[in-house]
Order: sequence, then C-alpha cells, then structure tokens
Amino acid sequence: MTLLTIQILILSIAAGIFGSILGLGGGIIITPALTLLFGIDIKYAIGASIVSVIATSSGAAIAYIKDKITNIRIGMFLEIATTLGAITGAFISGLIDSKYLYVIFGVLLLYSAIAMLKKKGQELPKDVKTHPMADKLRLNGEYYDKVLKQKVSYNVDGVYGGFSMMYVAGVISGLLGIGSGIFKVMAMDLFMKLPLKVSSATSNFMIGVTAAASAGVYLLRGNIDPKIAAPVALGVLVGATIGTKIMQNLRSKTIRMIFIPVLVFVSIQMIVKGFKL
Amino acid sequence: MSEENNSKIEEMEIIISNFLRIGVVLSATIVFIGLLMFLVSGNSGYSGDYFPTTPTEIFNGVLLLKPYAIILLGLIILILTPVFRVGVSILVFVKEKDFLYVKITSFVFLILIVSFILGKVE
Repeated sequence: MTLLTIQILILSIAAGIFGSILGLGGGIIITPALTLLFGIDIKYAIGASIVSVIATSSGAAIAYIKDKITNIRIGMFLEIATTLGAITGAFISGLIDSKYLYVIFGVLLLYSAIAMLKKKGQELPKDVKTHPMADKLRLNGEYYDKVLKQKVSYNVDGVYGGFSMMYVAGVISGLLGIGSGIFKVMAMDLFMKLPLKVSSATSNFMIGVTAAASAGVYLLRGNIDPKIAAPVALGVLVGATIGTKIMQNLRSKTIRMIFIPVLVFVSIQMIVKGFKL
Repeated sequence: MSEENNSKIEEMEIIISNFLRIGVVLSATIVFIGLLMFLVSGNSGYSGDYFPTTPTEIFNGVLLLKPYAIILLGLIILILTPVFRVGVSILVFVKEKDFLYVKITSFVFLILIVSFILGKVE
C-alpha cells in the first residue's frame, strides 16, 4: 500500500508541474496513468482526476496571482460563461449522444492546434486592438515577464468570441468531464489574443471553479476514494508549486511548443473515443 | 486614476492569493495527517474497501479519528476552496466599490450554488 501511495504521489507531482505550466488540470495525465499503469478502476480515476484539477488550480493560482500573471478580471468575467456552460452540459447530457460530441470537439481541437502552430514563432501577441467590451470591463492588463525581463502590457480582443468559446468549454466539461483547461487556454490565446502566460495562468485560476461545481456530485457518488485521491491531492499541490516557478522562467514560445503536441494528442484521443462509442 | 487602480488590484491579488494559500495549506495538512495515520496503522477506520461519501458520515468519522474520514475532510476543504475564493472576491470587489465586478462575481457565485443544489437533486 505504501509503495502504491508513493508511486501515485510521484506521478501526481509530475502531473501538477505539467498542468500548472500549461493551464490544464492534469487530468489528461492522471486518468490514463491511474487506469493503465496502476490498474485502478476508471470510477476512482475520474474522482482522483477532478481532485487533481482543483489542486492544480488552487496550488498554481497562489503564485500566479501574487506575481500578477493571472488576469483576475478576465477570469471572473469568463467564469460566467464556463459555469453556465457546465450547468447546460449537465442538463443536456441525457439528451445528446456523446459519441458525436467527442468527434466534433476533437476535430475542433485539432483545428485549433493548427491555428496555434501558425503562431509558433511568436513570443508575444502584436498589434492587438482593444475590443470595445474589453474597455468597458477593464480587461486589459500587464505583467512582468521574468524571461524577457520587462513589463508586458497587453490589450484584449475578441471578447464575444472568447466568451462563447468559454461557454463551449463549460458545456464540454459538464458533458464529457474532460478538456476544460485546454479549451480555456485556446479561447484566450486564439480569440482574445492574450500573451500565452496570461492565458495559462488565467485558465489555471478558472478550472478549479468549474471542477468544484461538479466535485460534490463525484464525492456523493463515491468516486473519490481516499487512498487514491489523498496522494493525488498532495502530489499535485507540490507539483503545481514547482510548476509555477518553472513556467515563469520559460519562454512563451517554449510553452506553446509543449502545448501543441498535447492538443494534438487529446484531440486524437477524443476522436478515437467518439468512433469507439 | 491608473495608479490608484493598480494599487487596488494589487491589494485584491494579495487577499485572494493569501486566501487560496490558507485553503491549500489547511487541506494539505489534514489530508497528510489522515494519509499518514492510514499508512502507519494500516487501518482505514472502516471495514474492507468502504469509505464514507456523505458529509454527515465523514464528519462523524472525523470525530472518531478515522483516517479515511480525516482524508476526506481535507479533500472537502480543497474542493470548497475555489468556491469560497469566488465568495471572497465578491467582498473584495465590494470593498473596492467596483460594482460592475461585484455583479459579475455574485452571478458566478449564484450559478455555483445552483449547480451544487442541482448536483444534490441528481
């Protein structure tokens, strides 16, 4: 038992580092690793994964907020869309065949991987015009980039597009229970044209709220097995603390180059899953 | 105006960041204690693979110092931290008289509560 606990702990530290750098929950690592490597029932792996998302979010946000990389206003504003989306997802989950959803969203992700690849040489977004709504909501911001050793001021574009995409992100996480972080980063990066570090940190800030909304249900259903979820929570918290230090010292270009293969991997996984159902 | 705005945001960031730190440290400590008790004693406090799933059952188990119940208490605090973070943000925005964001954040908080209730109904 102790050996398994230590193994899960080490895996979770890695998931926490990875998730906090990219703005994802680490569920894409935790769920397959627990089921495939340790033979843990998917029922408990899903519960552990939701714990991992919340732990990554809160663990990373401590540092990202303090260092002002997270844009709190953007996060709060977009949380309207994600939480409404999550409720919608939970409601329509009985009505729609999730088979098609996996395929549709998988293709959408694959498409956005291409869109992201086009930006691969770009360290910071250039010539972004402020959307009128961004002015109204005071979304524009700035942060200190430790690699570039300069203050980066940025404008926010595509507020409506970003908001809609966030709603979709919420629906997907409510329906399929996956990929909420990946769609959030994508919405902020491609629609709102934020610097990638801001997108990642703000996504990190937001994923905990969406996950917390459904975690209660998982707890009551008995998905959260203490002997698995405990080392996941502890490991991910440690990993997220380490990850926030690493991320700030990476170039945005580098983060993007890690993000794109993950995007491709998850999209293919979703498409395959859709066809198998 | 801009300077004033920045210092306000700074204060807000410190409050929210500190709040999250308290939630995370508290939950991690409790989970760690529960896990250590479980590993050292080899006893979860429950028979077989059973573990409690309702708040009442967990709370009762904590009073009897059952390792699994202690772990779950820590995990519940972890789960509630982002929800309370939204609540704390409302208060911070009120304090800063930023009423547009008081509305936005309150709305998010309301949706969260609705989703918790819906989850229970299901």
